[in-house]
Order: sequence, then C-alpha cells, then structure tokens
Amino acid sequence: MQTTVDTAEIAKFEAMAAEWWDPKGKFKPLHMLNPCRLGYITDQIAAEFGRDLSAPRPFEGLRLLDIGCGGGLLCEPMARLGASVTGVDAAERNIPVARIHAEQSGLDIDYRAGTAEEMAAAGEQFDVVLNMEVVEHVADPQAYLDACAALLRPGGMMICSTINRNPKSFAMAIVGAEWVMRWLPKGTHEWHRFITPDELFALIRTAGLEPVDRTGFVFNPLGWSWSLSQRDLSVNYVTTSLKAG
Amino acid sequence: MKPDTDVLIAGGGIAGCLMALALARGGLSSVLCDSLPAQARGAAGFDGRAYAIAASCARLLDGLGLWERLQTFAEPMRDIVVSDGRIGAAPSPFFLHFDHREGDAGPFAWMLEDRILRRAALEAVAEEPLIDHRAPVRVTDHETGPAGASLTLEDGTRLTGRLIIACDGRQSAIAARAGIRHMRRDYGQTGLVCAVAHDRPHEGVAHEYFLPAGPFAILPLPRNRVSLVWTETPANARRIIGLPDADFHDELRARFGDFLGETRLEGKRYSYPLTLSLAEEYVRPRLALLGDAAHGIHPLAGQGLNLALKDVGALAEVLVDATRIGEDIGSPLTLERYQSWRRFDATAVALACDGLNRLFSNDNPLLRPLRDIGLGLVGRLPAARRFFMREAAGGMGDLPRLLRGRPL
Repeated sequence: MQTTVDTAEIAKFEAMAAEWWDPKGKFKPLHMLNPCRLGYITDQIAAEFGRDLSAPRPFEGLRLLDIGCGGGLLCEPMARLGASVTGVDAAERNIPVARIHAEQSGLDIDYRAGTAEEMAAAGEQFDVVLNMEVVEHVADPQAYLDACAALLRPGGMMICSTINRNPKSFAMAIVGAEWVMRWLPKGTHEWHRFITPDELFALIRTAGLEPVDRTGFVFNPLGWSWSLSQRDLSVNYVTTSLKAG
Repeated sequence: MKPDTDVLIAGGGIAGCLMALALARGGLSSVLCDSLPAQARGAAGFDGRAYAIAASCARLLDGLGLWERLQTFAEPMRDIVVSDGRIGAAPSPFFLHFDHREGDAGPFAWMLEDRILRRAALEAVAEEPLIDHRAPVRVTDHETGPAGASLTLEDGTRLTGRLIIACDGRQSAIAARAGIRHMRRDYGQTGLVCAVAHDRPHEGVAHEYFLPAGPFAILPLPRNRVSLVWTETPANARRIIGLPDADFHDELRARFGDFLGETRLEGKRYSYPLTLSLAEEYVRPRLALLGDAAHGIHPLAGQGLNLALKDVGALAEVLVDATRIGEDIGSPLTLERYQSWRRFDATAVALACDGLNRLFSNDNPLLRPLRDIGLGLVGRLPAARRFFMREAAGGMGDLPRLLRGRPL
C-alpha cells in the first residue's frame, strides 16, 4: 500500500515512546502545551456540536479519532469527557504504551497501529478528527489531508495544528526548543517541512474541507506556559475545518 | 474500576468543608472525613474565637453560597490602627492608620466568629448531594497509585478516589506518612484568645498594639464585643491563663486601656503555642496539602484562615478547569499548577508575619525608634498605605475566580 509516512520520522518517535507519560521527561514540552491544546479542542467541539463543558461527560456520543496519538496525551482526556475514542499511530511501539496507560487510568480507548490512509481505505468515519503536530512530519501533506477529510462523516470537524515557516519559527522551534533548551531531540523537526497558515488552508480546501478558524499557540517565557492568541500565529498554530454536512 | 468519589478530603474543619463545597460547585464529588463528630464541630455557645475574613475571601464564601447565612453575624472592619506600645504607657505617637475610605469601596475585612462560620459550613455540607460527609471517622492510612488514591478508616473501610486533599492541620498525618517534611520553628510565644463586652461602640476599628512580648490585637465583633488576640512569653501566658477572672481582666486593662469604657470578660480563654510550619512540598502525585497542613503562620496579621481560603479557591479552580478539558485531576501536572500558584504567596505572607513579629516583639532601645519612624513613614505616604490596605483585604496578585466574585 502507498503510504505518506516517512519511515525515518517514525524511527525518531519510536525511540522516545516509553517516555510519553513522564511529565518531566522528554515529552515535557508536549505536557506543557497540552492544557492549552485541550482548551482549544474542547471549546471548538463544544461550540460546533452544542455541548456544555460544565456537564459530566459532555462529549458522550461523539466518535473521535486522534491521528498520531503517541502515548495517548489527547485520547485520554477526550475519553474522560465521554467521547468514543480511537487513537492511531504509525509508530507501533507507542500503541502498547498507550494501551497500558489507558488501562491503568480505567479508560476504554481503541488504540491501533496504522496510518490515516489505511483507516480511510477501510472506510472508517468519525465526528471529530484530531490531527495535532503531525502534518509537518508527513512526506506528502496533501495526500495525508485528503485521507483525513475522507475519515470525517458529513458535518464532521478536523482540528489540525502545526508549525509556521518563517525566521522566527526557525529560531524558536529548532534553535530554541531543540538546540538551546533541548526540549526536543535535535532533528525532531525539519524547518523546510513547516507550513504557513495560508498554505495549510489551501491544502485543507483542496482536501474538500472548509477552514473556519485559525489560532496561535504562544509560549510565554515569563509564566512558563502556553496561551491562545488570535494575532500571533508566528510559530505554533491550530486550525479548525468542517466537512459540508 | 470506578472510584467511590472524585476527591477524598482528610480533615473536616473549616478548610475541609469549604474545599468540599467549592468542588461541589464545580461538579466534583467528594468524601469528607472528619475525626470529630459533627455535633461537636457545630457546638453553639459564644466562645470568643473569631476570624478576620479578608474582603476577597468573603467573596469566596459568597460564591459558595454561605455569605447570606453569615452576613448578619459579620462585623465590618472599617479601620485598622497599628501602634507600638508598652504596658501601662500611651501608644507610640507614630502610629499607622488604615481607613477603608482611602481604598476600594467597602470594608477590607469582616470579623466572623468561629462557631458561626463552622455552623454555616456544616449546614451547607449537609445540604450538598455531591458531598459524602463522614464524621466521626479516623483515617489510619492512605495510598496513592498510578490510577487512583485511597483512604483507609479505622473500621477497615477503604475509600477510593482520584486525589487526596489533606486538610488535617499543622500536624498533618497524611503529609508525614507521604514523607513531606515541614520547616518548623517555635516562636517561643504563646497566643491567648478571649473576648470582652464593652460599653462604648468600637466603630468597626481594629487595633494592633505591638507590645514587647508580642502583638496584642483588638478585633471588633457584633453587639459591642471585641475579640482579643494576644501574644505573651510562655511563662507569662501560663501565669495569666490561670488567674481568677478579676485578675485576668486587670491584665487585659493594663494592655488596652479604657477607650472602650467598662469591659467584662465573655466566653472562654484559649492559649496555644505559636509556631511556624511550612511544608517543603504542597503536592505529590494524587495528593495535595491545603491550609494549615501546608502552612501554619504567626497569627499577628490574622492571615491563617485567609491563606486557607485562597488555597481553596486556587485548588478548586485548578481541579475544575482540569476536569473540563478532560485532564486527570490527580496528575503531577495538574497539581503543580496549584503548588506554583499558592506556594509563593503563602510563603511570602508567612515570612512577612515572621519579620513583623521579630521587628516588634522586643523592647530593644535601638529598634524601637526605628520601627516607629517606619510606621510613621508608611502612615504619611498615601500610596504605601493603600498598598498595605489592599494586602490586608487579600486583593493582591493573581486571585482565583472565586475570590474575584466570579463563578468557577
């Protein structure tokens, strides 16, 4: 089968898999970003599907897919909120790590080794597809986003985040995060694979979805935390798109 | 395997009750374990023990639905007069005067009797379906694991939840069992607490005299009564607490004079050793320390309960926000937000009280004029005075939503 996953990229993440759930370990930057990402994701889903986040299990009845689920940092919160969650990751070693952790947490999550393309070919459909920090790692972003679009049922929502491509993102995401802070191993990201918001919107439209929102994830070095910004999409950013229903 | 409840709270004093109520307002369930029977906690007689509730903390009580029951019993504190004194001598002329009319609208604190607050908290707990109140029960053990936490009771019952909150006081057994150490210091002072009724109205003015043995506070209560919080050397305190009423009253009058007219003792007398205790960590995976279990401070500024109420507001907000985005409420990441939010403020307040106590609790002829000048300077600078008043009202820094009068 034709796949857009770059095998060298998968190998890098496999080496890091066991560290997923250590908040002070190698995935510390993702753990730090997670509350901010979850805040965006939950708000977008609640608004589109008319759910009340102060109610228990507000996402009950929604079928959600997390592509590139890793150790389950997004799957577990979504399952706690009541969604029926499938997590897929091309790095096979992540799957047992994620399964063991979900079991410990008392959560029922369907984790599978595989790719978006394989799932789309099998005809699976979801209300929500989470596509977070993946598109900058795939070999053919258009083919990948086509598969993501095919995985949505009509009226479904895709949330896609990635890293902008400009001198600042090079300085922050590669020089800062990988070389200086050592938050990520050197070589985690390749700057030429980064995508500008306009490029991403064009790819999403070609895939047949309608982009409805773009928001920045901004790191505040004073508070040592992330926040959402409507203006600053210069490094990390997230988008929401809908499939016509 | 589903746990019995979201949160296990060990300790059913005021902090534990308010924590359970705040969690319930945010939709989280709790089991509240108290070692004392509810009847003992709610015992009714006037005993003279009272708190100065900072304005922001009164907003938290309002947010928890308690203020309506409390307001008629709360005495607004409108002015605070701070002076340096000696027994039998007039207070130092360089005194510090805080008047609420210089600051934001409203009194900057409310005086509230301990028994009134306890009764209101227990009533609200009893009415709340999300709280399972167990009293009297003794917690004999606790465990934390990757997926959950448990408390074991004396009768062998094992309760499970996602997180333990220890509200079990300065000698927190949970903290000790978890291996969390406290930095402790004995102040070599004893706190005496009592109340008097008086003839002349107090006009809502609180007085703090810095006497050589330690601070002496006169705090306005409703119906022409004041609560006295008074610091002595342990030997002197033992002597005074054992005196017959008439002699005890004379000791009081020697310290605060006759500006309230005729006075009579009311309620009981209490004495307790003053210590500082600061936990080295406030959180461990699936465990959080709150109130006195995290920080026990010198009572001279009346900030002990206010710190606990700020803890309640911050921890409830962290846990409710985490729940709404699907995070695990017992994870180190979630709990670290509470620790980093509260530890700096609590330590700063503890050290400020510690410093004031050291500066004033002596009769050093060199320090005395210096501190009088200091008080006089602050008294003359409106900006500095407003700063101290905002601090007294608990309105500084990044306040939890409940302390800003907003819902969770």
